[in-house]
Amino acid sequence: MVRPIGFLVGLGFVGVLLWSLLWGAVAYVKEPPVPTAEHEFHEHPKKVDFSFNGPLGKFDRGQLQRGFQVYKEVCAACHSLRLVTFRDLQGIGYTEGQTKTLASEWAVETPTINEETGEPATRKSIPADRIPAPFANEIAARAGNAGALPPDLSLIAKARHDGSNYVYSLLTGYQNQPAELLKQFPDSKTGAGLHYNPYFANLNLAMAPPLTSEGQVSYSDGTKPTVDQMSKDVAAFLTWTAEPKLENRHSTGLAVLAFLLIFTVLTYMAYQNIWRDKKH
Amino acid sequence: MSFPWAEQYAPKHPFMRYMDEKLPLPRLVYNAIGAGYPVPRNLNYFWNFGVLAGAALAIQLITGIVLAMHYAANGAVAFDSVEHIMRDVNSGWMLRYAHANGASMFFIVVYLHIFRGLYYGSYKAPREMVWLLGLVIFLLMMATAFMGYVLPWGQMSFWGAKVITGLFGAIPLVGEPIQTWLLGGFAPDNAALNRFFSLHYLLPFVILGVVILHIWALHIPGSSNPTGVDVKGPQDTVPFHPYYTAKDGFGLGVFLIIFAALLFFAPNLLGHPDNYIPANPLSTPAHIVPEWYFWPFYAILRAFTVDFILPAKLWGVVAMFASILLLFFLPWLDKSPVRSGSYRPTFRKFFWLLMIDVAILGYCGGAPAEEPFVMISQIAAAYYFAHFLIIIPIISRIERPLPLPNSITEAVLSKSGKTTGEAALAPAE
Ligand code: HEC
Ligand code: HEM
Repeated sequence: MVRPIGFLVGLGFVGVLLWSLLWGAVAYVKEPPVPTAEHEFHEHPKKVDFSFNGPLGKFDRGQLQRGFQVYKEVCAACHSLRLVTFRDLQGIGYTEGQTKTLASEWAVETPTINEETGEPATRKSIPADRIPAPFANEIAARAGNAGALPPDLSLIAKARHDGSNYVYSLLTGYQNQPAELLKQFPDSKTGAGLHYNPYFANLNLAMAPPLTSEGQVSYSDGTKPTVDQMSKDVAAFLTWTAEPKLENRHSTGLAVLAFLLIFTVLTYMAYQNIWRDKKH
Repeated sequence: MSFPWAEQYAPKHPFMRYMDEKLPLPRLVYNAIGAGYPVPRNLNYFWNFGVLAGAALAIQLITGIVLAMHYAANGAVAFDSVEHIMRDVNSGWMLRYAHANGASMFFIVVYLHIFRGLYYGSYKAPREMVWLLGLVIFLLMMATAFMGYVLPWGQMSFWGAKVITGLFGAIPLVGEPIQTWLLGGFAPDNAALNRFFSLHYLLPFVILGVVILHIWALHIPGSSNPTGVDVKGPQDTVPFHPYYTAKDGFGLGVFLIIFAALLFFAPNLLGHPDNYIPANPLSTPAHIVPEWYFWPFYAILRAFTVDFILPAKLWGVVAMFASILLLFFLPWLDKSPVRSGSYRPTFRKFFWLLMIDVAILGYCGGAPAEEPFVMISQIAAAYYFAHFLIIIPIISRIERPLPLPNSITEAVLSKSGKTTGEAALAPAE
């Protein structure tokens, strides 16, 4: 009984699938899919040789601090970093005292309530506070950015495909819309308030190029603050905010692998030894 | 059960003798995974994957229980509680990456375990019940993994839950009420998150119970082997311990090396970046895709694009479930008396075709729902159903299998090319 019924069920599914295929093929021939500008002009991130790449990779503390400085002086005007506390910055080499100063001098204060009246108020931040967001809420953020929402950057390096390279590529990827694109897709002209960037998923984003001129941030360690360098540094910093335990992960991983290799060699030898006079 | 020549548990220490009288748990273990379980001597590495699946289950249980101590199942804080685990909990990042990648490793070994069963005909008599219980485990694993993926409450969690529960909406008349009932609302929200957490904690223990039944059922006929020939006498078997404990120990080492490489050096390779964006019901991701281990089934779901008596969506849902349910009937669809694919030349060719087919379905399931992937998955899905429901029954009728060895021992000794004293010890068949 199973086989005749199975046979019919099988024919049913195969039939409907081939029927779907037929209609799909007809539609494909009649109206071949039209290429889109995103399809043709979107680019994959440029590869950067970051110090944390690869299984032995480590963060470069100097670079992370420079990246933090770029965030603080440029990006923090629009983007929050809500998963990072000032105290966490000890992880990129600041001392406890420095995080205290950074917290209390931060341009935006931490929201609180007035102890006597219960009214909303603000106070200076302490190291245990999360880095305060530039806008009180989403509506305020949109209102300040012509309707677009600057996303929180804490996890951006993991929330985009190939994130570290992506952030760098996005920041350095602004350009004029290629004439060729306009020729092929006359309707795809970059709209008002938008900026052409082939690394962004739909090619046009609302963020104006944030890093535009050499020396926009002045580094104290003698590194030349070119746009390229600042972009790399902030991309490295945002990788740290997304994956602060990366170095632990790499070093633990090496130790675990070394242990497992020895374990596996020993178990292999035990296996060979136990089976030595059993043919199998 | 066991073969009459199985080694007998004989505790020496007075305490163990006392235990054996009062609660013979050591005896149970001895007979299940100790020297008391005789196993064919010729098992190849594909027989390691059952034990590895058990190891993966143990890893999921342990990491999961600890994660649950820090996780909060509430839509407002779930995402942040996962980030709290990643950032503030001691070694929390390791726990979470172990659990997430552990799920992938679990599916990898279970898929290899199932493919082993398909190739060597392990689903056939007398092991049908082992196969059926295995499929129950597989269904439970899929439910568990699906609900687990919802817990971090990222974009893919939310939209995955919405799409998958939305499938029930395709059922005529009762579909919408069922969907609302499953979710506890019209869209995934706190109610859904809470019940998913509750069930995600429960189901692995149900799996554990079914695994025990699975092994119990296996130990009645005993393990099959790469020749598919029945065990004929003591010379065909070795005691599980130390022979297969040693081999499984080595297999476990290799498994853990691959697992560790993934966990420590590419922990997000198999995940989707969008799940690092908090769930947002107002913003639909460009491509909603499930985890990689569901891709073949997702491709089948999306392959039905044209209404034919029933709406296309309903066809897709029915076919997706049917693609797994049909495996329950496999022992009765394949009537060939020969188990092992090594002795079935025609079956073997189609088996490899099926492997390629499943890989293609997997690829298309992960790709965006556009041409040519839809057309390719239509052809691949058609082959999938034809393979099990049409081709296998026909082959099992017309195929002429290769001559089988008389016994496991004969197969082993002829492979090693030498005859030794051992062959002379074997009774004449
Ligand atoms: C003037 C405000 C402003 C400043 C300053 C700014 N951004 Fe943005 N950013 C935005 C807005 C608005 C968006 C949203 C764009 C959109 O969705 O079209 C955005 C989006 C982004 C994105 C996400 C792109 C995506 O894939 O969705 C990244 C990454 C980013 N900004 C990084 C930075 C970095 C790094 C800096 C500092 C160097 C910076 N931004 C400075 C306003 C700003
Ligand atoms: C939690 C998941 C699972 C665990 C822990 C598990 C465990 C095991 C173990 C320990 C064995 C004996 C060793 C071996 O033959 O590899 C076994 C055998 C078997 N399993 Fe599973 N299994 C699981 C899932 C499945 C699934 C999903 C299927 C198929 C649908 C399946 C089908 C079988 C069959 C047919 C055998 C007998 C193989 C033979 O003797 O030839 N198992 N299982």
